[in-house]
Amino acid sequence: MTSGAARAAAVQFALYRRLLASSVIVSLLEPLLYLLGLGVGVGALVDRHPGSQVALGGLTYLAYVAPGLLVSTAMTLGALDSLWPVRGGLKWNRTYHAQVATPLDAGDIVGGHALFMTGRALISVGSVAVVLAFVDDTRTWGLIPAVAVAALVSLAFAMPCMAYAAATESETSFPAIQRFVIIPLFLFGGAFYPIGQLPVLVQWMARTFPLWHGVVVARAFTADHVEALATVAHLGYVAAWIVVGWLLARRSLHARLHQ
Amino acid sequence: MAAATDDLLIEARGLTKRFGEFEAVRGIDLAVHRGELFGFLGPNGAGKSSTMRMIAAVSPVSGGTLRIFGLDPRTHGPHIRGRLGVVPQLDTLDQELSVEENLRIYGRYFDLPRAECRRRTAELLEFARLSDRAGSVVDTLSGGMKRRLSIARSLINRPELLLLDEPTTGLDPQARHLLWDRLYRLKQEGVTQVLTTHYMDEAEQLCDRLVVIDEGRIVAEGSPRQLITQYSTREVLELRFPARDGSASTAELADQLGGVGSRQEALADRVLIYADDGEHALGEVHRRQLRPDSALVRRATLEDVFLQLTGRSLVD
Ligand SMILES: Nc1ncnc2c1ncn2[C@@H]1O[C@H](COP(=O)(O)OP(=O)(O)OP(=O)(O)O)[C@@H](O)[C@H]1O
Ligand SMILES: [Mg+2]
Repeated sequence: MTSGAARAAAVQFALYRRLLASSVIVSLLEPLLYLLGLGVGVGALVDRHPGSQVALGGLTYLAYVAPGLLVSTAMTLGALDSLWPVRGGLKWNRTYHAQVATPLDAGDIVGGHALFMTGRALISVGSVAVVLAFVDDTRTWGLIPAVAVAALVSLAFAMPCMAYAAATESETSFPAIQRFVIIPLFLFGGAFYPIGQLPVLVQWMARTFPLWHGVVVARAFTADHVEALATVAHLGYVAAWIVVGWLLARRSLHARLHQ
Repeated sequence: MAAATDDLLIEARGLTKRFGEFEAVRGIDLAVHRGELFGFLGPNGAGKSSTMRMIAAVSPVSGGTLRIFGLDPRTHGPHIRGRLGVVPQLDTLDQELSVEENLRIYGRYFDLPRAECRRRTAELLEFARLSDRAGSVVDTLSGGMKRRLSIARSLINRPELLLLDEPTTGLDPQARHLLWDRLYRLKQEGVTQVLTTHYMDEAEQLCDRLVVIDEGRIVAEGSPRQLITQYSTREVLELRFPARDGSASTAELADQLGGVGSRQEALADRVLIYADDGEHALGEVHRRQLRPDSALVRRATLEDVFLQLTGRSLVD
């Protein structure tokens, strides 16, 4: 017997298999471009600055940015792939309606989506990590737990976004989520510089969302500065987003599918 | 006694469905037995799909009782759905996957082992005459092929009860006949089927028994022949009159035809005369000096039953 979530995810994995090559290339390209542009380009300036080593916790700029990019790439994947595709399952190709006509239920669909998003994040972010392992500044065993943290952050965005996509009637607000939540978090969520540089209000906004917590933990792993208590607290906060998002997604999907 | 209840696959009493204030299904009673091919005939918005979705254990019942395989869909949803096959009104195929993948993956939803999924997939491709399109992406299939695939997919779990919501709507006659043939074969294999349709020929051809449903209520029940005998005459004479300025309306013409046949019905474009002998009625029309453009004698159909019951035409 296979769990309902795994059976529900079969369709997404089948689709993904068709697109695997192109999907991996695309999700590799973007973070690598940022790494080149910022890590190497801006990094050359930053690393020349006398105080920078202290501000970045003894890291080169490239080593500082790399885990941030892993985690924020995972965030973007998790969020965007849980808006339009979820709406599609309800409205366009109606996959979810097909699934609840079988022994599967809304909980299995949410579980299946979570499973798929985890797999997808591990493959996409994992392949970036493989590239990073070839670069002197970023080569560390800490990349492995960092990829796992990135997958958790992906889920922490995927679950609430799925809940939102299942609860709303129209998808006109989806681009706004991308522009006013995801992109600002990408810029101000601690991936590129310590958020202490930012106004206090912005700092608290960054702390509200799971991204910054994931970035801090992933960076602690790659920099080999792990503090157990802080790590547990940060990951617990990320996990809370996953659990609450999961429950909300299951509830709104159930309401949608069983009218 | 046990055998009798085992035989009762669907039992509904006072079944209702509300969407907010609106009552789409208003207290219907049903009993469908094993091996039957049972039909819901009704116009748009009658509540056919709403009823089917309740029977499919997907849409919660608003009132009354419903038992599928003797079980309450509220408490045994997954178990009931595991024994059902469902062909929804709107296809829910995975458009970007191949025909073969659609079948195989659907089998996984029922937790069939992979090897079994593959075996049944090959069988069903044959059944739906889609073997040569097994590798095609669904998006590229014709409407009739998609419908056949939907039906094939609904059979992957070897259901005891198959629910078909307008299986042939939008198909050309050839595709419809192929589907009818497939449904007939399933019936011979003992699969109980419930279908909705607004094609009376479909209901007449396929259904052992049917209910006519209108505005959420059952207005008549029986075999197609019983309904026609009860609510109509054996034959119907259809008269079309020339439409000219100042010529009589169909209602006036129907008045002038009073007493011809057993009943007259004025539609927008023609007058129907219900008579056991259509030719005889036509002779009477001519004796009254009325000159229709065309006159057609045909057998009465369920459409006439529906018109008689509701005063409205089934397909506008
Ligand atoms: N989810 C819903 N929310 C609100 N109203 C609904 C919903 N589903 C159906 N209805 C309403 O219930 C009524 C019956 O709809 P239903 O789909 O059961 O009709 P039908 O007999 O299947 O019609 P058709 O032949 O057009 O498919 C309609 O008036 C429809 O607008
Ligand atoms: Mg319908």
